[in-house]
Amino acid sequence: MDVKEIIKPENLVYKKTKLMTDAPLSYCPGCGHGTAHRITMEVVEEMGIWEDTIGVAPVGCSVLAYDFMNIDMTQAAHGRAPAVATGIKRVWPNKYVFTYQGDGDLAAIGGNETIHACNRGENIVIIFVNNGIYGMTGGQMAPTTLPGMKSSTSPYGRDVKTMGFPLKMTELVAQLPGTHYVTRQAVHTPNAVRKAKKAIRKAFEIQKENKGLAFVEIVSNCNSGWKMEPVDANNWMVDNMFPYFPLGDIKVDGELVK
Amino acid sequence: MAKIKGAIEVDVEKCKGCGVCIPACPTDVILLAKDVNGKGYHYAYMENPEACIGCVNCAVVCPDGVISVYKVKVA
Ligand SMILES: Cc1ncc(C[n+]2csc(CCOP(=O)(O)OP(=O)(O)O)c2C)c(N)n1
Ligand code: SF4
Ligand code: SF4
Ligand code: SF4
Ligand SMILES: [Mg+2]
Repeated sequence: MDVKEIIKPENLVYKKTKLMTDAPLSYCPGCGHGTAHRITMEVVEEMGIWEDTIGVAPVGCSVLAYDFMNIDMTQAAHGRAPAVATGIKRVWPNKYVFTYQGDGDLAAIGGNETIHACNRGENIVIIFVNNGIYGMTGGQMAPTTLPGMKSSTSPYGRDVKTMGFPLKMTELVAQLPGTHYVTRQAVHTPNAVRKAKKAIRKAFEIQKENKGLAFVEIVSNCNSGWKMEPVDANNWMVDNMFPYFPLGDIKVDGELVK
Repeated sequence: MAKIKGAIEVDVEKCKGCGVCIPACPTDVILLAKDVNGKGYHYAYMENPEACIGCVNCAVVCPDGVISVYKVKVA
């Protein structure tokens, strides 16, 4: 059968959601930010809530998320997305409000904002893309950088004696009574993407029911910061990031898993 | 049993040649072209179009969302 006979509108089974704009993504080839954006927008589309959803973009590579996500968005000062989202949600309690943040934004400069928004149990969704590095500014060490991992500010590898241990923000916020659902996902394989999308869906459903804060970490790559080819970076992530940041639900229905 | 035939369409000018779609394909349909697009990237294309089963795996992992997937049942 000729390809031309298959590629017809009536045979279409998958296409980028209209809630992603046609602007070319500013991300490096293979960067997981694009996939994380797309599945978030697919969830918003499938729930039919695009007119009632407001996103808060961070500072970091995804600072331009508002150019790519075709919904109402704003952009917060570095690390302040949970505080901005808190304000929006309290003024408009019937809107769906989410933040989209990197690990430098959420765990370093915004660590305080994150913990207190989680502890207050704000009815928001936090999507946390953890690539273990400050991607945007040239690959500096983040709180999430692995022991021994090289970055531009830890050129001999992170020495935990002087630089401390990688911060597991997701396990940390799971301890707080304000969080209702806390999970860690990835977007490097088709199955991982499908699971991550289900988790994001669940997070938005929790907001619908006003049950508290839903926190979805996505362990991702930074090919440029890690100085690897995209597919190699994904393999490196599986071998090195996942043992320290294991995938799966950490808190479900307000109860710690295990 | 009805057989499934699939095909993908890559938005060549927006593909960044990252290759993430290649290991995601269960039937080894995709390769990167020797040729480059306007941005200098070796874009993805169907090297083995007859093997495509329209499973959408490649489109689901493509960070740039540049793959559309089509599928038909042939009797
Ligand atoms: C107040 C302030 N301090 C520092 C910076 C510099 N800066 C920009 S992005 C960034 C870190 C971003 O890292 P991350 O949140 O992990 O995002 P990624 O790019 O890795 O997705 C820093 C430190 C800034 N823009 N504003
Ligand atoms: S620098 Fe890293 S996080 Fe930023 S777009 Fe490139 S790969 Fe993605
Ligand atoms: S995953 Fe997408 S951007 Fe990367 S090579 Fe395949 S089609 Fe191109
Ligand atoms: S739709 Fe499935 S079989 Fe076809 S190219 Fe994509 S991954 Fe391969
Ligand atoms: Mg980062």
